[in-house]
Amino acid sequence: MKKTFQGRVITPGTCRAEALVSHGGFNTLASYQTPMLLGDKAVKCSDQNNPDLYQKSMLGKALCLPETIGSTTGGMALYTVCATGKQPACMLFSKHIDSLAAAGAILAAYWTDAKMPVIDRLGEEFLSAVKDGMTVEVKENGVVEIE
Amino acid sequence: MQLTKEQQEIFDGARGETMARVMQTLVAYGEAFDAERMVPITGEYGHTVISFGLGIMKPIYELYDKILSDGEVSHQAFSADPRPVDKKNVPANLLQNFIFDFMYSQQGRYEEQLRSFGILSDDAYTCTCYLPEVGNTPRRGDILSWAESSAVVYANSVLGARCNRNSGIIELFGSIAGCVPEFGLLTDDGRRADWIVELRTSKLPDAQLFGSAVGMKVLEQVPYVKGLDRWLGAELNDAACTYLKDFGAATASNGSVGLYHIENLTPEAVEHGETLIREGAPVYVVDDAEIERVKNSYPCIWKDLAAKPKLCFMGCPHMTLSQLTDWTLKVEEALKEAGNRKIVIPTVFTAAPAVLRAFEKTEYADRLKRYGVVTSSICPLMYMNNPLCKSMPVITSSNKLRTYSSARFYPEAEILRMITGLK
Repeated sequence: MKKTFQGRVITPGTCRAEALVSHGGFNTLASYQTPMLLGDKAVKCSDQNNPDLYQKSMLGKALCLPETIGSTTGGMALYTVCATGKQPACMLFSKHIDSLAAAGAILAAYWTDAKMPVIDRLGEEFLSAVKDGMTVEVKENGVVEIE
Repeated sequence: MQLTKEQQEIFDGARGETMARVMQTLVAYGEAFDAERMVPITGEYGHTVISFGLGIMKPIYELYDKILSDGEVSHQAFSADPRPVDKKNVPANLLQNFIFDFMYSQQGRYEEQLRSFGILSDDAYTCTCYLPEVGNTPRRGDILSWAESSAVVYANSVLGARCNRNSGIIELFGSIAGCVPEFGLLTDDGRRADWIVELRTSKLPDAQLFGSAVGMKVLEQVPYVKGLDRWLGAELNDAACTYLKDFGAATASNGSVGLYHIENLTPEAVEHGETLIREGAPVYVVDDAEIERVKNSYPCIWKDLAAKPKLCFMGCPHMTLSQLTDWTLKVEEALKEAGNRKIVIPTVFTAAPAVLRAFEKTEYADRLKRYGVVTSSICPLMYMNNPLCKSMPVITSSNKLRTYSSARFYPEAEILRMITGLK
């Protein structure tokens, strides 16, 4: 059954992708560190502290998360991931976006050609409803549909 | 957002397309947080988290080349995080060094860029830029454009400066533009406490474990900690600041804390007391059992959990001068008790170049060297990024290093026993 959520657009765009869900804070550096260093084509999450995502491919997925956590290299890591075409299809935040993720997403939007819509404030219910493998559709106006 | 006339002109391109995009990026960043204006940076120096020339991060260096080629530099001098490699002091075999050369192939290019942007000196590479020996110590109320989670949380909490948890690149953009968007930890409201943490342990908890517990609980919110002054006292002396440095680094890396208040100790808690706490703030009680639970919750990704450690890192964030001298005495006593003349696990203590220079002038430096401990200004995390180092059993007292690498965490007391061979 399709469910619809309204969020706020941080960086615009549309996409349709498979959901990948982190219920805890997403540590951007810890998650992208190893795949970036080793050139892992599947971009598998290297954060051993994140049981939801560890060792799962993040490339091209609709990354659903509450917020990002960790080092202030997080935004820079996200920028690099986008500049090298290794980004998720979109990032969907249940909470208000944090400063590191916002910086990374906005840097990517202004300084790279990457397309990665970012929506925040989708609410706790969004993160409870969305499951790995579901199809997620992001509309231009911040509407997110899951099925 | 309301911009000043000068800011609007830059935004519109009066200083060229690149500078316009720098300003537009900062404005968009602020708008994500409903910032109403850009405020001037009042801190004397900046600090950048990017200190490494990683081959895979070429897009960043290309971006910086573009900005430099358009004649833009930082409006303020700045320090940077530690360098990633120290072949002279830190143990590494030929193959590991070969990988370091390959991984950090952009180091020379990047350090040249930092010189062009305006780095303070070739020695200004440390995550503890705020220590007196280094000299990038903001005053209370200063507006900063810094990145490096452990330095930002220290500047906000212990020094009372005002800085958001900026990302790498954005912090340099702020230094180039001379202004930052006003939101979050730059505002009085953003500095109020969302959580009360009540410390009820039977002794002073390991700073890295206590910080980890708080960070994982409150994530990006501001905690007001009660009960720590019972152990640290009510004076921000060297011992208290050192503890808070390690506590804060763990709150920032295990969660994303940018500011904490310690009752009767940190400047805003001393001045405003419990009026800082938001109405209805939840309470998190930390007792001995909670510290033990947190310690036992850490995953370890060593292939052989019983492997003998091959290396130990202390100093993430970099150690203070008093930590270096205290640890020299601790190692000395433990070695004597264990009946050993030298440490039994290769060990590296890391500190800022200026702190190590000060340490070299003390009587303790030769003693520490005699016991086999190596000192360096390297970033242990960057060392551990090397896949051949990652596969080694490395131990650490740093919760930040544990979070970002395969290094296994032990509290300081256990680290001391392990490296000295004390049973």
